Parts: sequence; C-alpha cells; structure tokens
Amino acid sequence: MHSGDNGRSSRGIVLVPYLWLALFFLAPFAIVLKISLSQTALAQPPYLPVFDLSAGWAGVKDFAGQLSLDTYKLVGADTLYLLAYLKSLEIAAISTALLLIIGYPIAFGMARAPRAWQPLLVMAVVLPFWTSFLIRVYAWINILQRDGLLNEVLLKLHVINTPAAWLSSDTAIYIGVVYSYLPFMVLPLYATLEKIDESLLEAAADLGCPRRKTFWLVVLPLSLPGVAAGAMLCFIPIVGEFVIPDLLGGSETLMIGQTLWTEFFSNRDWPVASAIAVTLLGLLLVPILLYERLQQRSLEGGR
Amino acid sequence: MQRTSLFNIVSVTIGLAFLYLPIATLVIYSFNASRLVTLWGGWSLMWYQELLHDDAVLQAAWVSVRVAVLSATAATALGTLAAIALTRAGRFHGRLLFSGMVYAPLVMPEVITGLSLLLLFVALNVDRGFWTIVIAHTTLTMCFVTVIVQSRLVSFDRSLEEAAMDLGCPPLRTFLIVTLPLIAPAVAAGWMLAFSLSLDDLVIASFTTGPGATTLPIRIYSEVRLGVKPEINAVCTLMIAIVAAATIFSSLMAKRGAVRRKQAALGAQV
Repeated sequence: MHSGDNGRSSRGIVLVPYLWLALFFLAPFAIVLKISLSQTALAQPPYLPVFDLSAGWAGVKDFAGQLSLDTYKLVGADTLYLLAYLKSLEIAAISTALLLIIGYPIAFGMARAPRAWQPLLVMAVVLPFWTSFLIRVYAWINILQRDGLLNEVLLKLHVINTPAAWLSSDTAIYIGVVYSYLPFMVLPLYATLEKIDESLLEAAADLGCPRRKTFWLVVLPLSLPGVAAGAMLCFIPIVGEFVIPDLLGGSETLMIGQTLWTEFFSNRDWPVASAIAVTLLGLLLVPILLYERLQQRSLEGGR
Repeated sequence: MQRTSLFNIVSVTIGLAFLYLPIATLVIYSFNASRLVTLWGGWSLMWYQELLHDDAVLQAAWVSVRVAVLSATAATALGTLAAIALTRAGRFHGRLLFSGMVYAPLVMPEVITGLSLLLLFVALNVDRGFWTIVIAHTTLTMCFVTVIVQSRLVSFDRSLEEAAMDLGCPPLRTFLIVTLPLIAPAVAAGWMLAFSLSLDDLVIASFTTGPGATTLPIRIYSEVRLGVKPEINAVCTLMIAIVAAATIFSSLMAKRGAVRRKQAALGAQV
C-alpha cells in the first residue's frame, strides 16, 4: 500500500496543506516573536525597527542590533500583566474542574443510555455547539442582568429580596465558561466511556465487587484518556478566552486575553501585545504538546 | 455500558436542560412585544420587521455568509488532503511538525492566532479586508475538517482500496471512486462545521478585518457591548434556526445514504 505510485502521490498530497499551514500558522509566530522584541513607535506600522531587506546585510545587522528585551521587562515589571496571567490560570483551572464534575455524570449517563438513543443524545449535546458561541454568551446576559430572568425567578420564589448583581462578576464568567465549553468536555468523555467493554463490568460484578467500587476501580481508570483529552480541550483555550470575560466579567481584574486585546486595539501597542502573546504561548506550550500527543495517539493509532 | 439508572437519567436531563434553557429564553424573548427583558408584552414579530430595515446588520450577514462559504470550501479541500496525508502517506519528512501544525490550532487561544495572522498580513503588506478574513478562517477551520475526516479514514476498511488497486485501478481513480464516496459524509460534516465556525468567529475576524468588511459577529458584538437589544435576539434566533435546520437536514441525508447503501449491499448479495 505504501509502495510505488501511491506513496509518491500521497507525498504530493502532503505538500499543499503543509505549505498552507507553514505560511499561515507557523510563520506568523516568527513575526510575533520579532515584533515582541521591537519598540513601540508613532508610525505605520506602529513599531521599530522595520525590517528592510533592500539595505542588504548591513540592514540585517542594523536591524538585529535594534532588537531588545525591553518590552518583556515592561511586561514583567507591571503587576497588571502578572495578575492577568494568574487570574486566567485560576479561572481556567477552576472551570476545568467544574466542567469535569458536571460533564462526567452527563457523559456517563449518555454512555449507559439505550444504544438506540445514543446518537440522538450525542446530537443533542453537539447542536448547541453549532450555534454561535457569541450568541450563547449573549443569551446569558439576558438571564444574568439586574432586571434579568434569574433575578426575577429568585425574587418570585422569595430566595432573595433585592435583585442581586450577577453580571460583571467571576461567577458570571464561570457560568459562561462552563456553559460554552461543556460539549468539549462531554464528547471526549463519552467517546472513551462508550468504548468500555461491558464484560469487564460484568466480571467485576460476578466477582462480588459492589457497583460503586467497580466505578472507582474499573470505569474511572479506563476513562482517564477521555478525562485528559477533555481537560486539555477546555483548559488551553479558556486561559486565552476573550469573549466570555469581556461580556460577562467585571472590570477590576482582567484575563490575559482581554489585556492582549486592549493593548492591541485600544493602546495600539503592538510590541506589548506580541510579548503577551509569546509569554502566553510559552505558558501553554506544555499543555498543548500533551494535547497533541493525545490526538496523535487516538487518531493515528499506534504508528 | 447499558444499564440505565435513575441517577443517569437525571444527570443527562439536567445537563441537556442546562444546555438548552438559555437558548430557549433567547428565542422566546425575540418574539416579545416589549423592549424590556423582564416584561412580557405578548407575542410579536416587531423585532424581525425592524431587522428587515437594518441595513448594517443585513450587510454584515451577507459578508459573513460569503466568507463562510468560501473559507469552508477551501478548508474542506485542504483539510481533506491533510487527513489523507496523515493516514495514508506513512512516514514522510517533517510528519511530526505537520501533525503538530494540524492539531495546534484546535486549542490555540484565538487571540494568539488572530494577532499572529494580522502581523503576517502587515508584514506582507496585504490590504486587510474580506480576503484576509477568508484566509484566516480557512487556516483555522481546515484543522477541524482534518480531524473529522481523519477519524473516518482511520476507521474504514482499507481492503476495499487495496482490492481496487490490485485489480489495476490507478491511485487517483481509486481515491475518486472508492475512497471519496466512503468518506463523503465526514467531508460534508467537515464543511458544515467549518461553515458554522466561520460564521461564528469574532476574535480572529476582528484582528484580520479591514475597512468595509464587517462580519455579523463583529456587528453583533458592538451592539451587545451596549446592552441587550431585542433586535439582536431576533438575529440570533434566525441564526439558530438556520443552523438547526441544516444539522437536521444533513443528518437525515446521512441516514438516507446509509439506508441506500444497505439496500445496495443486500441487492449485491442476492
């Protein structure tokens, strides 16, 4: 199969997507790195030095001489950025834990539902994911705002006496994040739980293992690849999340995605925005590599 | 794994309710005759009528649809090629880098992808606007297509391809008449996912857009920042209806295809 003509034509097939991703995904990172080492300037583009190939080798040397770590020193010295990184990590870690706690029973219930129902349940979980992310976050503004539905229901039930401020708080961010990312947690969990061989559970039961103990000793360890995949799939993008904290969160502590956005769009400070992006990427490198290993193993088999 | 207990039923039900209730409230309030969210003023289509006269939103929607169709089509072609490369090409030079580049955009925070693409376009001195959004969305969504097509390619019986080739069918023809029909549902699902991801994207489009290319999410976002507007509820309801209809339609098509294939297989046996 891999020999002769087919091997060669497959190799030709590789080239087009390879070059596309190299140009539009990999190469831009080099540019981000370069600009993070530049200085802000009141110019178009708003940074210095500008790479000038026409000046030849002397131009390249001149250019390299002007690069500096100043922007990183700035980012490192200002506690605003440090706090934003810590806040993002905290929110991502707690949300991932919440997603696991909420998502696992749902995935487990789905895997144990009658076979005929399962495709329907999977579709029911996927469908909200196909509707716009922005819309789903926006839906929560309707519910959480001061004169929104949640307060109305709670007032009617006499749980609270005065309307509570749900919006612009960490609680709102957690609600939005858990809501938006739930399908990303449930689906990988379901995929591993559904594959667990029924006979293993029967064997445990035959040997007198109580159902609860079977869960901890058999089901949970077998589902760990799904737990890891779901956790990575949620944790990594949540750290850099922008839309949810921007629409639902408060203004006192920002997440790092918001900080990057403000530096870029409001302050027009491209070097600082780039330095934030590079640092964020460095922070997420280990989880991203872990995620890639998991993907390679599940999609490319034991190759 | 089949033994349905009360606990399982309850957790699935609550989970689905959590997923659908917010969307349901949004849909219901788009028909509200009152401007206030809490006040129910009776059923009305007034926000939809208002929408028809909102040129800015309609224009943004048209930009979004064109971007989504173009980028989903390009992404499906590139993503399918990448999936074939990863499952059929065996070992090749730079394979690890390639699969790394395919999987990383799936989890990469959008602010990073958006910023880096913008800086690339600035460095290449490209005018930003419609086409830069198309390129950006193609890059992001092709990776989702790859993963979907790849999982289909991994699971199907390769002996069919081998049989065709043993009988002297050239590789390209084998691909067109054996492989492609088999992976067609996954390719279609990939296109649909790419389309809806593109229609949905705010962050990457905001970075890569230019004058005159305002997409629907960019438009909605700028309105939403100012507070809830019933009109936006109406836009969102329409988008949800379109996506739901498309999803149900495509799953019905897939089912019909499966039934037809089954009948064909039975016919072949007789």
